[in-house]
Amino acid sequence: MLNYIWFGMMAIGVGAGIYNGKIDAVTNAAIDMAKVSVEISIGLIGIMALWLGIMKIAEESGLIRIIAKGLRPITLRLFPDVPEDHPAIGSIVLNMSANILGLGNAATPLGLKAMEELQELNDQKDTASNSMVMFLAINTSSVQLILPATVVALMGASVSEIFVTTILATSCSTIAAIVAVKFLEKRKRFALVPDAEKQEQDHG
Amino acid sequence: MVELFVGGLNNVAKYIIPTLLVGIPFYALSVKKIPVYEVFVVGAKDGFTIAVRIIPYLVAILVAVGMFRASGALDMLLNLLAPVLNVVGFPAENLPLALMRPLSGSGSLGLLTDLVNEHGVDSMTAKIGATMYGSSETTFYVLAVYFGSVGVIRSRHAIPAGLFADAVGAISAVFFCKLLIA
Repeated sequence: MLNYIWFGMMAIGVGAGIYNGKIDAVTNAAIDMAKVSVEISIGLIGIMALWLGIMKIAEESGLIRIIAKGLRPITLRLFPDVPEDHPAIGSIVLNMSANILGLGNAATPLGLKAMEELQELNDQKDTASNSMVMFLAINTSSVQLILPATVVALMGASVSEIFVTTILATSCSTIAAIVAVKFLEKRKRFALVPDAEKQEQDHG
Repeated sequence: MVELFVGGLNNVAKYIIPTLLVGIPFYALSVKKIPVYEVFVVGAKDGFTIAVRIIPYLVAILVAVGMFRASGALDMLLNLLAPVLNVVGFPAENLPLALMRPLSGSGSLGLLTDLVNEHGVDSMTAKIGATMYGSSETTFYVLAVYFGSVGVIRSRHAIPAGLFADAVGAISAVFFCKLLIA
């Protein structure tokens, strides 16, 4: 899937770029974005270190286990293949809380920690597990209660009017994400294929 | 009333991070007698490796998105889709933002700023735009960072599910704004 989308975006970019006479802009965008990607990653190091450090303290002191236990009724339904006392649940819950509160800087490190812990439970390391896709989909659909600071700054006094609409719209998109993941994970196209079978398919 | 509530929430929000930064070590140190400084450093070490591990995935995704954006392909897609969307009542001015949102955070913020400058903060267009922006995340970026950090290459149904949710989010943004804002 990603292979086709990735190639498709670049191919369409070059095709449309030639057609629109913007091929120089396409070239520059490719080079600029390659640079920007590294800047983003490097910029993450400090924030990641800060939150992963604090998280380690929360983990060792048992705080994460307490939070994970409390929210188990919800997480059990969303992530049925993660064991009850696994640290992944704690990180997932904390990531979602940070997202709800609009703390983007804290949410990313917590989310990456959760991914790492979900990867421990994953049999096929190069393939996303059901729980990983569910976790990602919930993250991309955004579950914010507090509006992004950029929106507040842009909208001024009108911001109070879009507060309710944003919560309703984001709730709809999150529910849609959960339903779509649960529906698609059972389709044959996206089903998990055991390693041995996959090799046979590749050769055959 | 709502204004007060929003103001209150955003006021509370600015205390959350400092409270966590002090509260967690406080609990660990006073209740559990954990050597907080040493444990912090052990955890923080992973920050570097994770951030560096993301780089190739982020380069791949952001370069492809950047090329697509710069080529004007989005405008061509808009022309193609505009007649269809007029029929279902989706405002054409908000379409670029809806299409940009899953691709690029900075790109969609730019489009939202344009909408606000052009139509004013009191316009329906700006309110729908802000709702769209606030109710979704940059799907491709989050996918590259999250899956990249653990080396997952086969994303399975993550993209179809994510894009479906984005579409539902954009449509419900229009729906709820038209319903609730006079």
